[in-house]
Amino acid sequence: MQRDPNHPTICKIENVVNETPTVRTLIFSDMEMSQLLPGQFAMVWVPGINELPMSVMISEEEGKAAFTIRRLGRASTGLYNIGVGEKIGIRGPYGNSFTIKEGKLLLVGGGTGLVPLMRLLTFVKPSDDVTVLIGAKTKNEVFFDDLTNRILEKNQHKVIVVTEDGSYGEKGLVTDLVEKITDENEFDAVYTCGPELMMYKTVKISNKKGIFVQASLERMMKCGIGICGSCCIGEDLVCRDGTVFDGDHLLANKEFGHSMRNKAGVIEKY
Amino acid sequence: MIPNSVKITECMTSWVQLTPLKKVTTVKRNQPLYSKVSLGLKVGRNISTNIGSLKLERPTILASGILGISLDVFNRIYRAGAGGVVTKSLSKEPWEGYANPTIFSVKGGGWLNAVGLSNPGAANFAKIIEPNKQVPIIVSLVGSVENDFQFMIKKFEKCNVAAYELNLSCPHVAKVGLEVGDDPELVKKIVKTVKAESKVPVFAKVGLGSTDYLETVTAAVEAGADGITAINTLRAMAIDIETERPILSNKIGGLSGTPIKPIAVRCVYEISSKFNIPIMGCGGISTWEDAVEFILAGASAVQIGSAIGDNWIQIFEEINTGISNYMEKKNFTKIEEMVGRAKRS
Repeated sequence: MQRDPNHPTICKIENVVNETPTVRTLIFSDMEMSQLLPGQFAMVWVPGINELPMSVMISEEEGKAAFTIRRLGRASTGLYNIGVGEKIGIRGPYGNSFTIKEGKLLLVGGGTGLVPLMRLLTFVKPSDDVTVLIGAKTKNEVFFDDLTNRILEKNQHKVIVVTEDGSYGEKGLVTDLVEKITDENEFDAVYTCGPELMMYKTVKISNKKGIFVQASLERMMKCGIGICGSCCIGEDLVCRDGTVFDGDHLLANKEFGHSMRNKAGVIEKY
Repeated sequence: MIPNSVKITECMTSWVQLTPLKKVTTVKRNQPLYSKVSLGLKVGRNISTNIGSLKLERPTILASGILGISLDVFNRIYRAGAGGVVTKSLSKEPWEGYANPTIFSVKGGGWLNAVGLSNPGAANFAKIIEPNKQVPIIVSLVGSVENDFQFMIKKFEKCNVAAYELNLSCPHVAKVGLEVGDDPELVKKIVKTVKAESKVPVFAKVGLGSTDYLETVTAAVEAGADGITAINTLRAMAIDIETERPILSNKIGGLSGTPIKPIAVRCVYEISSKFNIPIMGCGGISTWEDAVEFILAGASAVQIGSAIGDNWIQIFEEINTGISNYMEKKNFTKIEEMVGRAKRS
């Protein structure tokens, strides 16, 4: 039977890579998922446990894709603990993608928010000059920095890691560096994905300076297709209208950077 | 294999091949739909409808459980062409609902869901819709006993509510919904209480449970309900044969979408044949032809849910336009002339 994007397609995990003590990448074969646009996501079923929205990670092998997961709650820990040979179900792909600009690009990511940015990097042109800022709390939470350097091997590029405790790379908040670096350089576009307050500041700083900026948002999700309403932010549905939104649009939204809805739909402040 | 910081040297040589230039030039961002919302007012014929004393400019309504937790989203759906919206079913307290998976499509057609009536609770929700000025909002309520409903209606005193819809038919949550609907005596008590409390029309939403649904309708009608919504989803499940597990976390849920449409049409027709009461038809409506079929069976308006998953919110305007064109072709001047027309001898 033909694949139904809204019904879980079962995939077997073929390899697991530990990125940090709490982050793993699970690799599987899936031609469709291997060819997504940056920002698109899938709903991932961990049989018997839960289903969660996941940005789809790139793989260097043709026809393969991956999920990079940090263990946190019951659902994410369930996915984190999936071993080689075990099965997961995948719905999707869902959502839109980043608008790919040319020239001098700035990417700002934190944690597993780096996943769509890694895919975005595979779409840059050889002539692009790319700066990637990676924010983390501490050294052992940093990942994908070497990967970023390797993907951008043939580009003029810079990868700067910022840790809050200064144990690796520069010390401080990644958004302070965004402020500084956008003062000193003229960027053609800024892309961000990670903790919402990081994205909020990045969008605000970039927008104020007139730089084209986009963020890929995360919200509580159930259906992934725009019917349950769980992921609404203002009048937008992150699953159907996003996950990627333009900075102008986001800053006009009174919920972005301020609040999100919990599982019951009750609005909670950040 | 994904290279992590340790393994990079062994596998990174192929990254360059992974960046096909062709792909870069052909990439187009999927356009966000927020820029495409139309006003839904392009229809030619007057398609306003009276569902008893509830008057709507258009006969297409957002069904309960769909997209219903934000006033901003309601406004958007109204602008997209819906004549009104039904909220998610509100309970006395916030409910988280079930763990995912809660919604997916069934291979071969239709949708299965067991969201578990997640909702922010009546009090929180009343605050969300309090600023409402323009949208006919039908507030759906779910509870176990009449006092639950009384409690909740008081929370909406300051809100602009067009009607209430009592969820007597959700098929996958214990002690509420269908379990209430299956008890006609309890239905009577609840409808009477709500009628005494409410200043706006009260609809009873029925489904197919273990009691003959027409007994539930009888109880609601006798207790003074202003209208009936028929039907809810049907109890159903799906098992994944690879993992050998039910897919829904709740195992059993409700089937919606096109597979249930003929059943819903039958129910609307039966209710309309036996009772003189306004009906909102619901169940598998995804085209204007479906909507017309429900109206001919006896519905004064139709509710749309699952089809939004397939066709997104432009479906309201598509169906409105289709109904208008049909009316022109068939020379109907009012929806009323079509309601229940299939029953004529």
